[in-house]
Amino acid sequence: MFSDEIIREIDDIIARYPVPRSGLIPFLHVIQREQGWISPEAQTWAAERVGISPAEVAGVVTFYTMFNTRPVGRYLLQLCRTISCKLRGSREIRNHLEQALSIKPGETSADGLFTMMEVECLGACGTAPAMMINEDYHENLTTERVDEILAACRRDAGTEVER
Amino acid sequence: MSAFEPVLTRIVGIENSHTLSVYEGQGGYQALRRGFQLDPDTVIEHVKNSNLRGRGGAGFPTGVKWGFLPSQEQSPGPRYLVCNADESEPGTFKDRVILRHNPHLLIEGCLLSCWALRANHCFIFIRGEYASEAKIVERAIAEAREAGYLGRNVLGSGFDIEVTVHRSGGAYICGEETALLECLEGKRGYPRIRPPFPAVVGLYGRPTVINNVETLACVPSIIERGGEWFTSLGPENNTGPKLYAVSGHVERPGTYELPMGIPLAELIEEHCGGIWRGRKLKAVMPGGSSTPVLTAEEALAVNMDYDSLAKAGSMFGSAAVIVMDETVDMVQVAFNLIRFYHHESCGQCTPCREGCGWLEKIMKRYTEGRGSAGDAALVLDICDNIAFKTICPLGDAARMPLEALITKYRAEFDARIAPSTFAGGGGGR
Ligand SMILES: Cc1cc2nc3c(=O)[nH]c(=O)nc-3n(C[C@H](O)[C@H](O)[C@H](O)COP(=O)(O)O)c2cc1C
Ligand code: SF4
Ligand code: FES
Repeated sequence: MFSDEIIREIDDIIARYPVPRSGLIPFLHVIQREQGWISPEAQTWAAERVGISPAEVAGVVTFYTMFNTRPVGRYLLQLCRTISCKLRGSREIRNHLEQALSIKPGETSADGLFTMMEVECLGACGTAPAMMINEDYHENLTTERVDEILAACRRDAGTEVER
Repeated sequence: MSAFEPVLTRIVGIENSHTLSVYEGQGGYQALRRGFQLDPDTVIEHVKNSNLRGRGGAGFPTGVKWGFLPSQEQSPGPRYLVCNADESEPGTFKDRVILRHNPHLLIEGCLLSCWALRANHCFIFIRGEYASEAKIVERAIAEAREAGYLGRNVLGSGFDIEVTVHRSGGAYICGEETALLECLEGKRGYPRIRPPFPAVVGLYGRPTVINNVETLACVPSIIERGGEWFTSLGPENNTGPKLYAVSGHVERPGTYELPMGIPLAELIEEHCGGIWRGRKLKAVMPGGSSTPVLTAEEALAVNMDYDSLAKAGSMFGSAAVIVMDETVDMVQVAFNLIRFYHHESCGQCTPCREGCGWLEKIMKRYTEGRGSAGDAALVLDICDNIAFKTICPLGDAARMPLEALITKYRAEFDARIAPSTFAGGGGGR
């Protein structure tokens, strides 16, 4: 299911803990980085790796908001909706994203590039409004800045397709 | 008092402050050398004398907490130190500055604390979203290992210390220390019933100390300059350097390092450039989203420390100051906050799980102008049914700000009562 390199990375994580199961949540991030989500097959694989049942892994995957239980677009936009971002205009950013991508929170754009979600405080309240795209933070957002970011994503996706 | 010099963020403006060479060039890891020449109990004594109070929110004295750990004789075997870098309380972004720009200070604090507690393994528990911060800290750990500050036989002492970064999966509740331990064990983040306390039965059932990033980052300077120095910064029993994270409607939001006990007015007006767009102050949540709101008048009269804010009816919390200008709709604020807590409730206790859900529904109604005459009383009643009746403090963290909002800004809520149910103007049921 995974390359030797990824398995080595995962085993390295597990080895940092006195109890293998402790490595589960950190290495689920590795799986998600590779696959974009945590598929049922990946959950079964993870369960075997640390010697617990797939149901226990499913319990963990569904508890933590960062783990996707279904596929998402290449760029997962997670916009903060909590108080400090709200005070600094996150609602305008959301409206702008909805228009620019023709999607609502929870949806994926028709070209499969973007999934948008609203999330709770990202710990970047002093540089609000803030959002994450995959694992990167984008802060002090304005509608102009959002346009630039989306254009950059589209450019990157385009060049990768051509390669 | 002489001008305050930053301690936790002193090197933050310097290029590459996150690297070992810059940190050592600025005097870093000298405290570790000094600490390892002292007996571990003497290190604990210094921390006790400093009166350092935990920076994670509750303000519990760190030296006292450390004292709860059973002795090696009482409990032979492994014991753990866990650094809480979950930083998920809305409004809070102070630890991120240390993680990003001064990770070696945190690592030095962790190592000294491990020595003091005789713990051979420290976990730095970091919120999952802080992926780049986790990488920075991991790189710093690798550098420190290379230099012999951690790993086997630290500084020739014969004492081994491992430091492991644990990236969580995104869940506010995992900042609560027992939920955090569950997450570290690879489980859902359900808070544990206490007693037993983590100091006795913690990670893997072993004695465990959990401290906030900023708390541990205070330890090196305490070892270097002594506990008395620490107690000289700020009002009695509320001392030390402090990170204030200011967000919302100020000209210059950000993290500011200042002594404990500074006037909130000074923080807002002088350091943050005042209220933005020339507007007036309306309200402040002084210590994060869980702390009761202060009106402008209350806010401008209060000092930023545990005891002053408690006296003012609020809490110092994580010193996350959320500033609101005159245009803010307090009904929207209440809805925004309770939606957060409802989303983050782990669901173990009925009062928290159901109560937060009901409260969110009522607040939603209010925002749509469909409140009913009995709603305010109902809100306070639901809050009362949550108060101190839950496994962990999240339930209280949810109800306290709501109680304050609806009490202090009642007129704004009443103005959202649907006309047919309004009892106050003679047209009621
Ligand atoms: C719901 C909830 C969330 C919390 N989140 C955090 C957090 O993100 N960071 C933190 O240091 N403490 C947090 N705490 C407090 C911790 O439980 C614990 O008291 C703290 O880490 C102890 O460290 P200190 O004594 O150094 O302050 C939270 C508590 C609760 C109830
Ligand atoms: S108070 Fe809420 S978050 Fe805490 S244990 Fe109970 S249900 Fe979970
Ligand atoms: S409220 Fe948006 S990052 Fe904290």
